[in-house]
Amino acid sequence: MTIRVVLPAHLRTLAQVKGEVKLEVEGHPTLRSVLDALEASYPMLAGTIRDQTTQQRRPYVRFFACQQDLSHEPPDTPLPDEVTTAAEPFLVIGAIAGG
Amino acid sequence: MSNVRVLVGTRKGAFILTSDGKREKWDISGPHFAGWEIYHVKGSSADPNRIYASQCSGWFGQLIQRSDDGGKTWAPVGNKFVYDGVPGTHQWYDGTPHPWEFKRVWHLEPSLTDPDTVYAGIEDAAIFRSKDGGQNWEEIPGLRGHGSGPRWQPGAGGMCLHTILQDPSNPNRLFIAISAAGAFRTDDGGDTWKAINQGLKSEYIPDPNAEVGHCVHRIAMHRSRPNVLYMQKHWDVMRSDNSGDTWHEVSGNLPTDFGFPIDVHAHEPETIYVVPIKSDSEHYPPEGKLRVYRSRTGGNEWEALTNGLPQSDCYVNVLRDAMAVDSLDSCGIYFGTTGGQVYASANSGDTWAPIVRDLPAVLSVEVQTLS
Repeated sequence: MTIRVVLPAHLRTLAQVKGEVKLEVEGHPTLRSVLDALEASYPMLAGTIRDQTTQQRRPYVRFFACQQDLSHEPPDTPLPDEVTTAAEPFLVIGAIAGG
Repeated sequence: MSNVRVLVGTRKGAFILTSDGKREKWDISGPHFAGWEIYHVKGSSADPNRIYASQCSGWFGQLIQRSDDGGKTWAPVGNKFVYDGVPGTHQWYDGTPHPWEFKRVWHLEPSLTDPDTVYAGIEDAAIFRSKDGGQNWEEIPGLRGHGSGPRWQPGAGGMCLHTILQDPSNPNRLFIAISAAGAFRTDDGGDTWKAINQGLKSEYIPDPNAEVGHCVHRIAMHRSRPNVLYMQKHWDVMRSDNSGDTWHEVSGNLPTDFGFPIDVHAHEPETIYVVPIKSDSEHYPPEGKLRVYRSRTGGNEWEALTNGLPQSDCYVNVLRDAMAVDSLDSCGIYFGTTGGQVYASANSGDTWAPIVRDLPAVLSVEVQTLS
């Protein structure tokens, strides 16, 4: 199924994309499977959202969908149905911090 | 006629400054990687069109960028830096053991002979090498295997491996420096390393003459005399005439011997440059006067170079990788400041002028002399 992903501006620049990214994901999408698909399509994003070795989310990155903060959910948590039907995007957010 | 390309890393992107051999008029391109911290940008001496850049951010981590056309276009290459084996621990600021954790790449040093081989100095301190143009990185584990690693401690800026020098006459010899562990040398291509800190004296550590623990800020050499090393330590400017086996102080008449960069004239191995900074708690020039100091005697006797530099109300810093020299007949000297100025001298430091005044804080300056 097709998943819509919204990336923060710096990662859109890095991946050389404009607007939303559309990904094909097998089965019911989870945080892990969407990020796996994202990194497979855009290898330059590996390590920018989650650590390449531990797969832990980087501390200043957050995940949202359907107005829910999914950042602290386990990686195999199924994403909301609205994301699986592409009615809503999966959002990768850079924390508002720093200068 | 030769051209000069100055590669500038800043807190918010990279900039490339180019000029002809007169070094009077400059073109400025950038920001490249806008908004990202660019700790270091350096070109290969084996292929000047090959340039590597260290790009990082507190949000999105570390990237390595590579250009194969002199900085016109860039592509991200490998950014997976995994310590060899079980990383172990070093000392934390309070002296307790702290696990080794990758944070960023401070310094990229392309091989003198192979554009696809490049070394990376990282925080927490280790040296990595890529042999495929930056796609894949492997630690050279002998350095952290030296045995003193558990006694290394971060400096105020983190526990960074910030200097990598290659001996042009001996491909198996490298020198590196770490804040705050000290300087190390390998004579076998990285398999084994020797701490080369004898003669350093650091009053701010429990044993001032310890084998490791010294906050070395930078070391420099001249290609023609790789056995002679110059060092700007946290405090003290030092010199070694035996490849780092022993050091002696050459601070001489400097107004303060605290500072970060040190560099050597391209054609005069005994002519060296430092930028004295008031103290480790006041990271700006003494008396608000930005002065480069030059020694033509390999240290001890220093003269202030002020012509064209601000001599009042100047409170910028010059960081350790933010000075470089070109190799034109009349040697050019360049440095960048935390105030965003990049100053250049086309006459060995006698007179200075800003190439650009209002960049983000400058982290690094490197120069390529192009024929």
